[in-house]
Amino acid sequence: MEYNVVIGLEVHCQLSTRTKIFCGCSPVFGAEPNRQTCPICLGHPGVLPVLNRAVVHAGIMAGLATHCEIRSPNVFSRKHYFYPDLPKGYQISQYDKPICEHGHLEILVDGETKRIGLTRIHMEEDAGKNMHEGLDGVSHVDLNRAGVPLLEAVSEPDLRSPEEAVAYLKKMRNIVIYLGICDGNMERGNLRCDANISLRPKGQKEFGTKVEMKNMNSFRFLRQALEYEIKRQTQVLNEGGTIVQETRLWDAKRGVTESMRGKEMAHDYRYLPEPDLAPVMISDDWIEQVKKELPELPDDKRNRFESEYGLSLYDADVLTSTRELADYYEQTVKAFDKAPKTTCNWVMGELMGRLNEDGTSIDACPMSPAQLAGLVAAIEDGTISGKIAKTVFAKLFGTDQTAMQVIEAEGLVQESDPTAIDAMITPVLDANTDKVAAYLGGKDKLFGFFVGQVMKASKGQANPQLVNERLKALLASRG
Amino acid sequence: MEPYTWTLHEARAKLDAGDISAVELTASLLYRIEQVEPQVLAYNCVAPELVEAQAEAADHLIHDGKAGPLTGLGIALKDNMITQDLPTTCSARLLEGFVSPTDGTIAAKLKEAGSVVMGKTNMDEFAMGSSTENSATEATRNPWDLNRAPGGSSGGSAAAVAADLCLAALGSDTGGSIRQPASLCGVVGMKPTYGRVSRYGLVAFASSLDQIGPLTKDVEDAALLLNAVSGNDPLDSTSSKREAPDFMDGLKDGVAGMRIGVPKEYFIDGTDPAVLTAVQSAIQQMTKLGAEIVEISLPHTPYAVSTYYLIATAEASSNLARFDGVRYGNRVDNGGDLLAMYMATREAGFGPEVKRRIMLGTYALSAGYYDAYYKKAQQVRSLIAQDLTEAFEQVDVLLTPTSPTGAFKLGERTADPLKMYLSDIYTISANLAGVPAISQPCGLDGNGVPIGLQFIGRSFDEASVLKAAWAFENATDFHTARPAL
Repeated sequence: MEYNVVIGLEVHCQLSTRTKIFCGCSPVFGAEPNRQTCPICLGHPGVLPVLNRAVVHAGIMAGLATHCEIRSPNVFSRKHYFYPDLPKGYQISQYDKPICEHGHLEILVDGETKRIGLTRIHMEEDAGKNMHEGLDGVSHVDLNRAGVPLLEAVSEPDLRSPEEAVAYLKKMRNIVIYLGICDGNMERGNLRCDANISLRPKGQKEFGTKVEMKNMNSFRFLRQALEYEIKRQTQVLNEGGTIVQETRLWDAKRGVTESMRGKEMAHDYRYLPEPDLAPVMISDDWIEQVKKELPELPDDKRNRFESEYGLSLYDADVLTSTRELADYYEQTVKAFDKAPKTTCNWVMGELMGRLNEDGTSIDACPMSPAQLAGLVAAIEDGTISGKIAKTVFAKLFGTDQTAMQVIEAEGLVQESDPTAIDAMITPVLDANTDKVAAYLGGKDKLFGFFVGQVMKASKGQANPQLVNERLKALLASRG
Repeated sequence: MEPYTWTLHEARAKLDAGDISAVELTASLLYRIEQVEPQVLAYNCVAPELVEAQAEAADHLIHDGKAGPLTGLGIALKDNMITQDLPTTCSARLLEGFVSPTDGTIAAKLKEAGSVVMGKTNMDEFAMGSSTENSATEATRNPWDLNRAPGGSSGGSAAAVAADLCLAALGSDTGGSIRQPASLCGVVGMKPTYGRVSRYGLVAFASSLDQIGPLTKDVEDAALLLNAVSGNDPLDSTSSKREAPDFMDGLKDGVAGMRIGVPKEYFIDGTDPAVLTAVQSAIQQMTKLGAEIVEISLPHTPYAVSTYYLIATAEASSNLARFDGVRYGNRVDNGGDLLAMYMATREAGFGPEVKRRIMLGTYALSAGYYDAYYKKAQQVRSLIAQDLTEAFEQVDVLLTPTSPTGAFKLGERTADPLKMYLSDIYTISANLAGVPAISQPCGLDGNGVPIGLQFIGRSFDEASVLKAAWAFENATDFHTARPAL
């Protein structure tokens, strides 16, 4: 039987605020265990939470960027479960009255845009971390992460393939990075994702039984885990079995998902409106102020790149896939102020290729936009050919020289003087009189041979267009 | 009279006049504690060296002309207010020996005011109870009759004030836990409006109901102590941004023309006739003083106790989840897994009443029961609050008994939790509605133990409540009666 795949994602973004969500501790990753804690984030008796306004601000930004309605008042609730990394025995989260609701975002898959619904975005505190490794028979708890602010975005079950799920996660990550509210570092758990996935026979309207999946901390793992789970569920269904509602963990080492807990072990979180925090009121003025502060978002930037720089949808989408890459491209274009398409080709081709090869990201790129712009300028004004430009690029990359300095030092300036070109052509024709005769006799294909010989003689520095022109003229003059 | 018998304002006058030093005043209190505390058992902890050091510091402030209203005055704190230099146990085995790394706002305010914190007073475990018998240590005794309970949960604070073991005390009131023990011990006890006093540093029982307030020897002292602890606190998001007035202003203006409501639902069967008689004469007294008595109705009163026990237990089950033995408190590690550690710790660390309430509250919040219990209780809570709002359109304050009976015998009600819960029948509505209320002595019952009179006021109108109470006190001498110890 053929099945439709139905996927919904829950994305957790750690916010880059100066302090934690309910106390004054630093939320910055990497400190010695339990050094960034206080009685409040340790859940001591008698202390109370005070909401960090910057978290609400970030929530409004995320909501506006994803076309959500901003709810006022929105309400914090306590979500109860016992675990050593959860100091109070409950997580302060939002339940039935979250800050953002009814939004959407667009993804581009196979050249088509698709709208994915966002059920909600809510604010909550992160838990700490239990540590077992390297400890003999005991576990330790690090509560530095307890109280770090999170936004959790829950999608509608609108995703229909692992590709769409990955595109959605990339888009979500991109948006929060554009907004400057989250670093989006998945390796550090700065951005995390859970998935709900179910299958249903093609044509059936009702959703099948869903499985919740956790521990997919990269785009690759998300894709692999979903692909694995689709195969597993398909097999179960084809063998006449039923899908069990459960939570499964992705085991990246073994490439499988494994049951973590079944429905009967599911927590009853006993949500309770948080009596220590007043409902959060968000004035229209506040929303208007955030609207004014919003940076250009990925979709808007992509559309502008298409219209302003004449790029294709595909090129514009790739260039705006991260804020850093888009900024790099735009700085390069602005430094030269011409040839956005050539610049696009160089950024997406030579530069991205080299960065991938080196395993470097664009924000650590050793070549400045001004350096690349100098190279593009040299191509555009005919100083060097596109071919020579690749040599110049390789020599320029990693230095602090300008493109012109490299070109001059290496003597790579393109020869564009007709007299000099003629001086290169004449010896070639003289040495190949038989081929000249054959050409003149009608063997047009030999033209390429002469071009090759002349370019070789010029060590690639002859202006190719001029070589074509002069060669035609000089050959004709021998007829 | 011995200095330990003084009120706050009497002691203030003597200190300011130089008739006595803070060190001498404190020595008198420590002497009294040495003599009487072994019988009353009001304190969980007194640290004489700390007390003396604070008194010396207070004398310096007085000498330098920097004394405030509370400088040098010995005040006791209920043992659910966190303090850096004394343990905070909530009278729970689980927190035995626990010392907080920080002071709560109220402890910090008292320190800043130069007052002398005498110690931490006994209470029902985690403030759950009405007799102080639910303490992991021994039950506090009622100074009027050592075989009787002082009420609760702030029984230690009330007994300490009644027995002159401090000049005044602070307690916390979730359903009557300041007013009921004040009533049973013959002292003044006030629950301010919810949000008037910071809860930062108060170990939470039921967060939406808890409020810290004074227990004092007279109404003027209640106003003075309330002045010292009131006001917005950025560390407590539920504390009101309203500026607190000076509660001494207008305190002694009298009640001529004041409209006093008497809710008929507060004079029901099961209330001791001696209590009814005492409160009736209080009503006559208020009429004599020029107040107008209006009979009113608060129709949802019969639902208050059940509403309270759903909301309070639900919040308690949540608030007490943090006591898991992981970060602080007494862990019981029986060598089993994590769940076994949690269960052994909480089994050994909590007493029966706390366990009962955690179970009730957990049940009320469980999937499938939330709407029928917690949500419904919140709806009824709104109706009870609305009753009061409507009543306060007609009258300025309400007058009621504080407790249906005087002090009961130790052990008399411990076997019957429901009967114990009914001790709070007249005090609970003020917590549910968040309004201020005061209890003051208005007579003695057939057993020779005190009866309490309650005034309830509008939100943030503590001033009217205090004014009515002061007028009654000024016209009578019930507050001057002292137990023979």
